[in-house]
Amino acid sequence: MKNGLIKIENMTKHYPIGGGKFTALKNINLEFSKSEFTGIVGPSGSGKTTLLNIIGSLDTQSEGNVYVMGNSVDKLSAKKAAKLRSEHIGFIFQTYNLLPVYTVFENVEFPLLLLGMDAPKRKKAVDNALEWVGLSDKVKSKPAQLSGGECQRVAIARAIVKKPDLVLADEPTANLDAENSHHILRTMKKLNEELGTTFIFSTHDAKVIKYLRRKISLLDGKVDKDEIVNGG
Amino acid sequence: MIIKLAYKNIIGAGFRTWLNIFILSLAYFGIISLQGFFIGWKDDASREIKEWDISGGQYWQENYDPYDPFSYEDSHASIPEELISEIEREEAVPILLTPATIYPEGRIRSIVMKGIDPEQKLLKIPTKYLSEDKTQLECIIGKRMADNLKLQQGDFVTVRWRDKHGTFDAVDVKIAHVFVTTVLSVENNQIWIPLNTLQDMLELPGEASIIVVKNEDFTPKLSGWEHKDINFLLQDLNSMIQAKTIGSSIMYLLLLFLAMIAIFDTQILAIFRRRKEMGTMMALGMSRSKIIRLFTLEGSLHAILAILLGAIYGIPLLKYFQKVGMNIGVDAAEFGMSGLEDALYPVYGWKLVVGTIVLVLITTTIVSFLPTRKIAKLKPTDALRGKMTK
Repeated sequence: MKNGLIKIENMTKHYPIGGGKFTALKNINLEFSKSEFTGIVGPSGSGKTTLLNIIGSLDTQSEGNVYVMGNSVDKLSAKKAAKLRSEHIGFIFQTYNLLPVYTVFENVEFPLLLLGMDAPKRKKAVDNALEWVGLSDKVKSKPAQLSGGECQRVAIARAIVKKPDLVLADEPTANLDAENSHHILRTMKKLNEELGTTFIFSTHDAKVIKYLRRKISLLDGKVDKDEIVNGG
Repeated sequence: MIIKLAYKNIIGAGFRTWLNIFILSLAYFGIISLQGFFIGWKDDASREIKEWDISGGQYWQENYDPYDPFSYEDSHASIPEELISEIEREEAVPILLTPATIYPEGRIRSIVMKGIDPEQKLLKIPTKYLSEDKTQLECIIGKRMADNLKLQQGDFVTVRWRDKHGTFDAVDVKIAHVFVTTVLSVENNQIWIPLNTLQDMLELPGEASIIVVKNEDFTPKLSGWEHKDINFLLQDLNSMIQAKTIGSSIMYLLLLFLAMIAIFDTQILAIFRRRKEMGTMMALGMSRSKIIRLFTLEGSLHAILAILLGAIYGIPLLKYFQKVGMNIGVDAAEFGMSGLEDALYPVYGWKLVVGTIVLVLITTTIVSFLPTRKIAKLKPTDALRGKMTK
């Protein structure tokens, strides 16, 4: 395992459909190292989100092995999987998934509350994260008062505030216009370079691809190509 | 942390939260105010009955059965030695009773004629109006009886009785005083005359049927007499209040049920509408058990906030009721309710308040928890898609 971050061996994922099953991913073999900035690209239904969910221990594979930071994903209890996500993994979603009744500050603070961090440290970390994404002036705003681009920047701040080893981003620019997409991608690239955080995206957005350093193409649940693209 | 999050979530839910809190606060208020009235009634009635009729307990002559008028003629015996000193110290009052008949305005009415010491101060019965003048028998009667029989102070009424040999005798008795009481057991179909006079009339010197004692702890065993403690003597009142309490409980249980339906509905709705939120929390590393706790606590917090809201409008209202009482509007005695004044003054003890809070809190927590059990089965990926795991 390169730098021991993620290793996927002969992984297959089936979903039960009616009386039969649908194979979302088939015989996947991949490794991810620290500080990668990798995109998983492919058309809708190619298995990108499923792959991210399994890496993020939100789901488990049907066959094969998946190791995330030394943990075999399918052997983790729900509680241990939650602990793994809480301590090591940040998520960014296509639809932002901000908690609607909390302010920007509280949304970003949420993962730190789960870690049991004390209040002064939390405040410092949240302020830093919001400064990173350029939203220091929006701390008291509620998600409903923000634009799509701002919401996604809050989601990024929430993902990186605990300085995780890995950030998984599912179509982070799909709901954004070109300007906001580039802004978001530049922010993530900067975080990747300065903090050494590993970013793995799922995307079928052409704008994203030029930022990637590694591009994994999925087609019908199989790895079609795995290439270094020197993006950025 | 969970408390802070739960508080933010329910406050963030806005109008629905405040509606639930208001309904719950009504449940608190309803239970406390209704129960307070029953406790007040019980306290008032018990006090009145003690002051007018039973004091700290009674000794009954062994044949005496208040529900069997035929037992009255045989319910008499010499006052026991042990009680004579108590009587002399005004710590006990002997009462002799016998069935009799009166003829007000030519009509006939069966009554109980009771003899009591005019000097007694243990009971509130105004016996000072009784004179032991041998030339003119005088009695006192209650106002309800006086009204019923159209009698008033100064009137004469013929009374007929039988002495211990079974010989009938009759005399005109003057109504010396009409007293007002809420205690039916000292007024219903009875006239009070001096004890010595009644003893002479029945040829039963030194005898009594009932001896009222002041001290609750004075309970020696006396041959031919049975001690009846306060609990026994108040059991009719207590049973009646308990029956009324159960009846009224239905009303506040309905109120509580409505509040619980509102909480349950909110929780069910939250589980369905906030699946994506739960999925996000799971993705961010919150365990299912913590999410269940969070959602359950959100439900329970309604009950806690309802205490605060209920206190804001409830305390002044309850204090007002306590001050002015609640006018019953009818003579409660007509419905057989003894010891009940024209107005009911509620009593709110800490047991009532704490008990009600605990009851509502526990019920709300259970009702909040039940729907959240679904979260335990929820897969994070389904939740993130807004789906419910089957």
